[in-house]
Amino acid sequence: MKEILEILESNPRIATKEIATMTGITEAQVASKIKEMEKKGIIRKYKTVIDWEKAGEEYVYAIIEIKVALRSRTGYDAIAERIAKFPEVRSVRLISGGHDLSLTVRGRSMKEVAFFVAEKIATLEQVQGTVTHFVLRTYKEDGDVLFEKERSERLAVSP
Amino acid sequence: MSYSRKSAQSALLSPREARPEKFVAEHVRQIPPSGIRKFFDLVLEMEGVISLGVGEPDFVTPWHIREACIYSLEKGTTSYTSNYGLLELRELISKCYRKEQGVDYDPKSEVLVTTGVSEAADLAFRAVIDPGDEVIVPEPCYVSYKPSVSLAGGTPIPVPTYQKNEFRVTAEQIEKNITKKTKAIVLSYPNNPTGAVMRKKDLEDIADVVIENDLVVISDEVYGKLTYDGAHTCFSSLTGMRERSIILNGFSKSHAMTGLRLGYAVGSEPLIAAMTKIHQYAMLCAPVTAQMGGIEALKNGDSEVQKMTREYDRRRRLVVSGLNKMGLDCFEPMGAFYAFPSIKSTGLTSGEFAERLLKEHKVAVVPGDVFGECGEGYLRCSYATSREQLVEALSRIEAFLDSL
Repeated sequence: MKEILEILESNPRIATKEIATMTGITEAQVASKIKEMEKKGIIRKYKTVIDWEKAGEEYVYAIIEIKVALRSRTGYDAIAERIAKFPEVRSVRLISGGHDLSLTVRGRSMKEVAFFVAEKIATLEQVQGTVTHFVLRTYKEDGDVLFEKERSERLAVSP
Repeated sequence: MSYSRKSAQSALLSPREARPEKFVAEHVRQIPPSGIRKFFDLVLEMEGVISLGVGEPDFVTPWHIREACIYSLEKGTTSYTSNYGLLELRELISKCYRKEQGVDYDPKSEVLVTTGVSEAADLAFRAVIDPGDEVIVPEPCYVSYKPSVSLAGGTPIPVPTYQKNEFRVTAEQIEKNITKKTKAIVLSYPNNPTGAVMRKKDLEDIADVVIENDLVVISDEVYGKLTYDGAHTCFSSLTGMRERSIILNGFSKSHAMTGLRLGYAVGSEPLIAAMTKIHQYAMLCAPVTAQMGGIEALKNGDSEVQKMTREYDRRRRLVVSGLNKMGLDCFEPMGAFYAFPSIKSTGLTSGEFAERLLKEHKVAVVPGDVFGECGEGYLRCSYATSREQLVEALSRIEAFLDSL
């Protein structure tokens, strides 16, 4: 199971057949294990890490830190769930330290992101305050470096 | 005195003319050059070659280890260390053997840090061999044992191993080759080039022969961390073998640190002391930057090693099943990162196969006979290369087979 997950995490497009060869179980077993993990929600989705800048598309990302004032009987989960419903919000995390929630927001321009935060997030009743950090450049995303990868320069034949 | 062309010419022809080649000692002249060299030169001339000929990991040294090396340079840690190596590193090595193999080595006198495992092997041979001593070397094996034994004044006695025995050497085979002159046995499992591993029982049988004939074992276990079917058994962990063996190991393969040149030997005090005597004159100490990296590797490197091993295991299955499917009979290697398929069905020799595969389909492999006569009819294919490259290489090999 863990073996299959590790392979899929590094390349979700890999053929079932290839996974079968690498793990030493049959193709049918691999397929059924994957299906089972999809059903259980262990595999949430298959996604692609894209360098949008290289593709010529402009996106603006911002990290928003939020201070939350909890009201009676509703916890962090409730507010997080509300915030998560906005499609502009790419991630929501409960964090330790000076703030309570950390969001990643994506928009087409700084203005769009700024207005989204001001109008949709800051206005929520439980939100006491927000701090917006605009992302200037992404160097590593989901474990993948986005600048030129290092290669080991090995001799072609060695003992 | 004026210069004259005539006298210059006569000087050239005079018996005093220097011929540097004649200064080369006879016993060095007799050592054949490594068969790998020829392929290396061929590959250099070509473009677009996928190489399965590489005896080192394709991973770059894990970042935390490189950072430790860089940091040590920033701090100015650039001086000699003790001949034995940094004590902290030796303590970590000793701890490792106690924890993983249950063998105790005193870090002060029974661990020697060397400039790569190759140096450790050379020291071990020179420390135990007297002129004329015979050393049993099971083949196929790493290319340096036989020349190193010869350079140390000994006589290497190659013992062939076979696919039907999964390239394990047996106690009987060793026993058959023992003479009055036999001094030592070389073991190198997990094996380069076959990927063979020894089972504990096989080693115990050999241990009996070792005691009976009063021999010493030099066991190169540099691939010890790369096993795919249970943990590796260190030879000195067997009853009575601690005092009768020198274990060679290093960081090149397990931690992808080949170019940093860091190895070590562990053994009982008199043997390590003898090796250190040679090491202190020939090498003084292993590079300190590499030693600092080694400390970090042993302290915090386990998870990276496991990650790399798991990836090798996937590639191993990919390559072995691919080779077998296309009709090249390949036994399942359980260690290191090599597959050793038989090409006997093609009717070509290892050399012919490898050369044509390289020239016609641009895949570099190493002919098996480079690692000993009994390696003829086989190829060493390293799977320490990305999966994409392996898949492409396999399809090229298949195309080559179809063209025969």
